[in-house]
Amino acid sequence: MSDSVIGQPFTRIDGKWKVTGRAKYGVDYYFDRLVYGVGVASTIGNGRVGGIDAAEAEKMPGVLAILHHGNIEHLYHPANQFEDQSRPGESRPPFEDDRVYYYGQFVALVIAETFEQALDAASHVRVDYEAKPPVVRLDRAAQPTGEPQAHQARGDAESGFQQAPVKLDVTYVTPVETHNPMEMHATIAVWDKAKQKYTLYETSQGVVNHRNVASQVLGVPMESVEVISRFIGSGFGCKLFPWPHSWLAAIGSRHLERPVKVSVPRTLMFTTVGHRPTIEQHVRLGATQDGKLLATINEVRQSTSFIDAYLEDCVDPTSMLYSCPNVKGTQREIRMNTGTPTPMRGPGRTPSLFALESAMDELAVKLNLDPIDVRLRNYADKDEGSGKPWSSKRLREAYQMGAERFGWKRRNPKVGSMRKGDEILGWGMATMTWPGHRQEAEVHVRLLADGTARASCATQDIGTGTYTIFAEVVSDRTGIPVDKIQVVLGDTSLPPGPTSGGSFTTATVIPAIYQASDKAVNAVLKAAAKYQGFSGADPKSLKMTQGRVHPQDKPPSSGVPFQEILQSQNLVGLDGKVKTGPTDEMKKYSIHSFGAHFCEVAWDPEILRLRVSRWLSVVDGGRMMNAKTARNQILGAVVMGIGMGMLEETVYDTRTGHPINNNFADYMVAVNADVPELECIFLDYPDPVLNEYGARGIGEIGLTGCASALTMATYHATGVRIRELPIRIEKLMAGSVKEEN
Amino acid sequence: MQAFHYEKASEVTSAVNSAGTPGVKIIAGGTTLVDLMKLNVERPTGLLDINGLPLDQIEKTPDGGLKIGAMVHNSDLAHNALVKQQYAVLSQALLSGASPQLRNMATTGGNLLQRTRCYYFRDTNYACNKRKPGSGCAAIDGFNRMHAVLGTSEHCIATHPSDMCIAMMALEAVIHLRGQQGERTVPINDFYFVPGTTPQRENVLAPGELITYVTLPPLPSGTRSYYLKRRDRASYEFALASAAVVALLQGGRIERVRIALGGVGTKPWRSVEAEHVLQKQQPDEKHFHAAAEAALRGARPLHDNAFKVELAKRTLVRALKTATSNV
Repeated sequence: MSDSVIGQPFTRIDGKWKVTGRAKYGVDYYFDRLVYGVGVASTIGNGRVGGIDAAEAEKMPGVLAILHHGNIEHLYHPANQFEDQSRPGESRPPFEDDRVYYYGQFVALVIAETFEQALDAASHVRVDYEAKPPVVRLDRAAQPTGEPQAHQARGDAESGFQQAPVKLDVTYVTPVETHNPMEMHATIAVWDKAKQKYTLYETSQGVVNHRNVASQVLGVPMESVEVISRFIGSGFGCKLFPWPHSWLAAIGSRHLERPVKVSVPRTLMFTTVGHRPTIEQHVRLGATQDGKLLATINEVRQSTSFIDAYLEDCVDPTSMLYSCPNVKGTQREIRMNTGTPTPMRGPGRTPSLFALESAMDELAVKLNLDPIDVRLRNYADKDEGSGKPWSSKRLREAYQMGAERFGWKRRNPKVGSMRKGDEILGWGMATMTWPGHRQEAEVHVRLLADGTARASCATQDIGTGTYTIFAEVVSDRTGIPVDKIQVVLGDTSLPPGPTSGGSFTTATVIPAIYQASDKAVNAVLKAAAKYQGFSGADPKSLKMTQGRVHPQDKPPSSGVPFQEILQSQNLVGLDGKVKTGPTDEMKKYSIHSFGAHFCEVAWDPEILRLRVSRWLSVVDGGRMMNAKTARNQILGAVVMGIGMGMLEETVYDTRTGHPINNNFADYMVAVNADVPELECIFLDYPDPVLNEYGARGIGEIGLTGCASALTMATYHATGVRIRELPIRIEKLMAGSVKEEN
Repeated sequence: MQAFHYEKASEVTSAVNSAGTPGVKIIAGGTTLVDLMKLNVERPTGLLDINGLPLDQIEKTPDGGLKIGAMVHNSDLAHNALVKQQYAVLSQALLSGASPQLRNMATTGGNLLQRTRCYYFRDTNYACNKRKPGSGCAAIDGFNRMHAVLGTSEHCIATHPSDMCIAMMALEAVIHLRGQQGERTVPINDFYFVPGTTPQRENVLAPGELITYVTLPPLPSGTRSYYLKRRDRASYEFALASAAVVALLQGGRIERVRIALGGVGTKPWRSVEAEHVLQKQQPDEKHFHAAAEAALRGARPLHDNAFKVELAKRTLVRALKTATSNV
């Protein structure tokens, strides 16, 4: 490995395009004869469409078509094959029948010459409903019977718990949360009748997956769909899998033989493009008097829609995070009248760790032990769930470094005992974890005769820095400077790449970029053997450094720039194209990232004001590919974690099933004023198993543990244990009044 | 959103004439109106833009008070030196509202007429007596965490959302109106209606009548004031409870005090009851709590907003403490 660019705090290469407006997002494309589709969405949460009267709307200026279940052309159910990159967000084709499963479900689409005309006409489409009461609360839903959808077990957890001298039996609840990326969902569909081909301009975290599902729903061959998503204004998971509006745009375009744009307004971002389900976790911990776990039980109920099964696996961490002889985890899905949930940053582990890490703190309080100490007493030296050794785990060091930096030993564990001025301080900490994955990717690298390089792959950069990582790896292997490397992503006509999710993009693409770059360099060295300066040399005796080809035993300055070799042979460029995937070596290990959050809250009991005042995250996430984009991921996740802990909740009107706070004023996320200065440290130990650099990917891990660190700090300051997120004034008030009595 | 015609007014008299046309709405900063038009809650046939009217000055009045033009933007008012110096509560209230971008657009006159954020008022699929008289109130049995506990009726529980108006209540502002019948002035305390059986009537403005100025009476020398706002997050959120206090101490006793509450009333809520409790009393915890009890005595909490009663009391106690402390 050269002493080059990997890990350096490079400014992202797409940053300048974004801040100067040159980056083209999905809705920024314009086509001749483009028309606009505006959806009519259900205003009941359960029932049927009785009738649709579009007569008045059809006569309005500019209206071209009004599509609904009575007239839509045929669409198919997609096969749901996640492993083959073919998974829909909502499997029901839009307008399949007259059923309404949730509030804010598309029931008609108005297409008009202008957006304003379509919007106006949409408000004049009259829909009659036969409404039934919707179910939007777990406790009012029909309880499932039969086998759980997820299951973890070792030892005998029930007797382990019964026999344990110390028992904790508590229930934690996380509400529905909604992703709300800044850039809303939208599709521009362009149907080319001559070629019988759809081009979909999207905002997608997985163009390949989107293409694959589209070809099924639309009933056309794979090559008849191209999906383009060059830039994405973030996704947090709600753009992993395609949603109904995309098919509406496509079918509209085919119907009218004109390009059609369909944007999802913010209100429908709360209904028809996924959310994190509400989850209830009944946790029981059995332990010895000195805090060693004897049994860990987590029984989980979570919501999903009446359309699709969706599992947000909260029981996997129950099994792997701590050493414990007896473990049981079960999880059941409960049908509600909402749209289908979808992964939201840190799916499964984020809600799971809210419960498990809160329970560990409650156990520590019960035993009068330090919360870090309790965790160390149950430290898992291997993954006891799978029985495999860790590929690399430095969690102990993360706890220790965090404790030292934060000043943890100054913590007085007594509730309300620490003060700063008129405020009471509370300190909390929690573990974070996220699995390392690697999937298939194919990357094409071309070294060009003008001295630049081009790398391409049908993965995408959702704002995390993937463009920049590509350029860094090519630069590292070729010596071509980062600013001379063009990276092209987000187009299914490129070699297939992974979905941007699960924090596996970086780990997945590194081997393919690395090896494709090397292959291209080898092609250059082969050509160099014919170059007059090296004439007759064995290519193996040559190497390429700093973009210059030179004999192995001589310095780069002795050689020639690679482009001269290409130019001399009239070559436009030389290629390396490599496909890589998971290795057998990976199967031998449990691959996870770990880390710890430490936080401080300041509590003003008289006016019930709780503010986050300090935050430190120590991350054992493998080797960092770029110090700047990596830090950005963790800080962004902590901001989201403050929102999750203190503010976020999608509230449904129980009479209609309507997410009542469906806008940015009423659905609260943290604003700058809620966020203190955040500190983040990377331990930066390479994972030897995952890829050439030992990088694991860190998009998700920062959010895991945040909420439990916050509720623990809140308990330390206020004496109130919040087990149902978010922390709110009324809960603190009720709790503190109880304390006073 | 439906099509509408648009007209710009350049002087007050002609504006008053045009504003009387049925279906015409006056637009100033547009921070509420445009929002509601997008939601089809407001469907004016015409907009009269009064941003060109010469009502954008802040001037001292001969009696030592302040005359604020209706078109003065919230940011300009909040950062005005005289306001900061003499009417600190007003500056604090303004700066606690909305965001800098919104405050740059929002005007003094417009803010006096700010509409409620009630979810059910803002969504035409629900019953709302304020939006559609006689249709019912979806909020009473709905999700009503943000709703009012004071001044409510069985027809409406919508909260008045303004911060600025709460400070102006405590400052006993006077609102200057101009209509086709001429000019008149209304003390802010008489400007707003509680909903009663007619929640669609929010204030005394006659059709076509325009707010031209707001005057603030001078405050006795030594008067102190303070605005405290409580909410879930630290910025960009309407008050769950807020309190404006204007107080003058003399010889260790409260000589004069004005109290208004926000986030809890169907209109900006002046509490004369709390003021009476404090009159001539020592500024201590006991009296502050008694005042807070008096202020919330008539509160009618609902399913989700009961906590507001206690929160408002605590907010008022803290505001009284801060306004009367010797810092």
